[in-house]
Amino acid sequence: MTVCFHCGEPMNGSRLQAQVEGQAQPVCCRGCQAVAELIAGSGLGDFYRYRNTNSARPDDATWQHDPWRAYAEPELAAQYTVTHEGVTSTTLVIDGLRCPACSWLIDKVLQRQSGVREISVNAATGRAHIAWAGDTCNLADVLRAIAQLGYQPHPMDPTAVVRSHQEERRTGLKRLAVSGLGMMQVMMFAVSVYAAEILGEQMDPTLLSYFRIISLLVTTPVMLYAGAPFLMGAWHAMRARTVSMDVPVGIALMLAYAASVWNTLRGTGEVYFDSITMFIFFLTLGRYVQMSVRQRTAALTDALARQLPAVAHRMQDEQIEDVPVASLRPQDVVLVRRGETLPADGVLLSTDAQLDESMLTGESLGVRRQPGERLAAGTINTGQPLRLKICAVGADTTLSHIVGLMRRAQTQRPALSRHADAAAARFLRYVLAGAGATCAAWMVFDPSRAFEATLAVLVVACPCAFAIATPAAMAAATSHLARQGLLVTDPDALESLASIQHMVFDKTGTLTRGEPQLTQTTSLSELNADEALNIAVALERASEHPLARSFAAHDSSKVATAITTYTGRGVEGDVAGVRYRIGSPEFVTAFSEAEPPPLPATSGDSMVLLGDARQVLACFEIRDTLRLQAAATIDALRNQGIQSQILSGDSPTAVANIAAQCNIIDHFARHSPQQKLTHLQTLQRDGARIAVVGDGVNDAPMLGAANVAIAMGRGAALAHAGAGLVLVNDHLPALPQAVALARRTLRIARQNLLWAAAYNIGCLPLAALGFIPPWLAAAGMSLSSIAVVLNATRLLPTRKPHVSISAELPLPPKLSERAA
Amino acid sequence: MNILYVLIPLSLALVALACWGFFWAVGAGQFDDLDSPAWEMLRDESAPATPVVEQSRDDA
Repeated sequence: MTVCFHCGEPMNGSRLQAQVEGQAQPVCCRGCQAVAELIAGSGLGDFYRYRNTNSARPDDATWQHDPWRAYAEPELAAQYTVTHEGVTSTTLVIDGLRCPACSWLIDKVLQRQSGVREISVNAATGRAHIAWAGDTCNLADVLRAIAQLGYQPHPMDPTAVVRSHQEERRTGLKRLAVSGLGMMQVMMFAVSVYAAEILGEQMDPTLLSYFRIISLLVTTPVMLYAGAPFLMGAWHAMRARTVSMDVPVGIALMLAYAASVWNTLRGTGEVYFDSITMFIFFLTLGRYVQMSVRQRTAALTDALARQLPAVAHRMQDEQIEDVPVASLRPQDVVLVRRGETLPADGVLLSTDAQLDESMLTGESLGVRRQPGERLAAGTINTGQPLRLKICAVGADTTLSHIVGLMRRAQTQRPALSRHADAAAARFLRYVLAGAGATCAAWMVFDPSRAFEATLAVLVVACPCAFAIATPAAMAAATSHLARQGLLVTDPDALESLASIQHMVFDKTGTLTRGEPQLTQTTSLSELNADEALNIAVALERASEHPLARSFAAHDSSKVATAITTYTGRGVEGDVAGVRYRIGSPEFVTAFSEAEPPPLPATSGDSMVLLGDARQVLACFEIRDTLRLQAAATIDALRNQGIQSQILSGDSPTAVANIAAQCNIIDHFARHSPQQKLTHLQTLQRDGARIAVVGDGVNDAPMLGAANVAIAMGRGAALAHAGAGLVLVNDHLPALPQAVALARRTLRIARQNLLWAAAYNIGCLPLAALGFIPPWLAAAGMSLSSIAVVLNATRLLPTRKPHVSISAELPLPPKLSERAA
Repeated sequence: MNILYVLIPLSLALVALACWGFFWAVGAGQFDDLDSPAWEMLRDESAPATPVVEQSRDDA
């Protein structure tokens, strides 16, 4: 199957080509064609060899108007840029940045922009930092250059939360380095002292105290810098009169440190510097891993929050003025041009507006709205320019509520982990009581050993391994899934995914692509199909109707003139002197004199006719096509013992057709959201555990009731809010892989919990009885944590060499020459 | 074993140096992105205006 050279999506009958390095490559749409030719024309064709994933399909809107113009205004630009000594810099978030080759491409292209001084593009976070000489170019030029490559740049407020993320990550790394290096140093001395003890040798007392003083010097920065979060945490918890994980850790650290310093200064007694540094190192490591995972999931919320434009056209006294969205107030009237995103919630003033509400509903077909209806920020105007009277801005908009919902979902912790935490908190109280009892008992029997035994109890009993058992496994699995394009937004989802027996798909937008595609052209007259398509494409260029967009993939040499658009029905226009109509069957047959010929039976979802004044000329079949590997996904799920079903609101023929193609036995058509919910609940009453894959608001009730809800990445934001997993790149085979991984995750989390519990419960009595010296307790506690983390790392993806999709293409002579 | 009294402070100095170096690297953003810099070497290719690229494109 031929796929688009640029974005890798199916061609869907497109005959467009792009000239890349002297070869004609197939492309699926004008956007891809323009981007590919721009890249190749700039001598950057290497991009296609270096990239290891397909590029994002450029947004059609980018080619129709210039939304970046407003950013040339100094006042608006100043919100996103920092100017220092004539050099202006900004940070952008770039959508569609998928692999390091993308960052290379952007880098190369921006370097040619006159005045650009410094570029750094981070493929991992999708962010770019760009600096330029203030007077030679402006923010608008930079954004436009990036947008022309098919990416979506979003300027970022420099004070955004990202900075704090970066700061947090950097501090974490520094703490890790200090505690790691400190641990190695102290351990070096400790091992030689222990070796001497084991061999029964007598160590030179001067050397011994020298070692101790050096250890103290090394341990102090580790304690004060790397250990600070734990000491502060313990202090805050104690002031609030609660028991957190930090409390025994903090007490043990302080006791051990104080005793070690005292014993070093007086030159006798035990020191525990090795235990302290090792303890701090592993605690820091655990915190760092947890932080990385948390930051990654925050990226999705960022993406949603970015859906609003930065500029709005405010109308005042018949004057149109471009203002930042932040300055809009309720009661303002704004103009929204075709292809632009609504900046705020508002009431429609214009008559008859056509909108793309896929952000809310996942439905890619346009929706018509009447004056007085309330429209939501984030939806896109696909029809005539419209006027909007604003009624809610900023945090009050529907979009903000959705983002808020998601943020809240992200802060929730997995049930398994919550149980473990609750158990750990109970356990901690016993530990503190146990340490006190141990101390008291030893004071009675042998006061000289009381301190050591108490310390050992505090250290050995720290339920660290117990507490990180689940998060470590979850973190590894989350990271693995993110690489496959599945974002985990609800930590409970992984746990439930492991045990599902059914996977229910909504047809449109999940198994199928959700975008109408022209699948067949049938001639109904002497005019041949190619000629008819040529005329149709020329006419449909003028239309914004979603069905018309399926013609945009095709090229036409003809030009249509005197075009009239009949909203919701079709287009009428002249091509080479003949007047044609294209559109719905009723619309076209009303125009043609001759009796319409019998229409071919189709399995397609929609039919478009072309006709002139005399007769109907051709029939175009438009349907929703199956996603890549949909059938393979269903097979893989069946092998895992999971039955797939289709539950759709569409017509029985369309559903049966898709079910047959995917080999799905159970399929249900024409189900309303309520019926879908009832069906789901019936299955669940029989004890079935169900995953639902959906993409729209009509799926929201079903997603809410499912054991696991999976939303498609291009689906509605509302569907995202209700989903536990989001399939970002719409790549279906990730689903069976995720199920397999979830099962392994659960198994490993259980192993971890069992091991940690066994260790804590087994060692506590030994420590209390004085069999375990503090250094061994620290080693045991650290080792149990390491064991848990290492066990979890088995869930991480194994590194494979990068396989380039474009490597399958014949290499132009250039590369082979260079190799020779 | 007296040499230890010199070597150990030396090793501490080295560790301090390593720490300082690491702090500098973190602060300079060396650890912010571990994937993209592998592509930096491709920057060395001459700009498109220079003959090398133009010529190879003609060959193709």
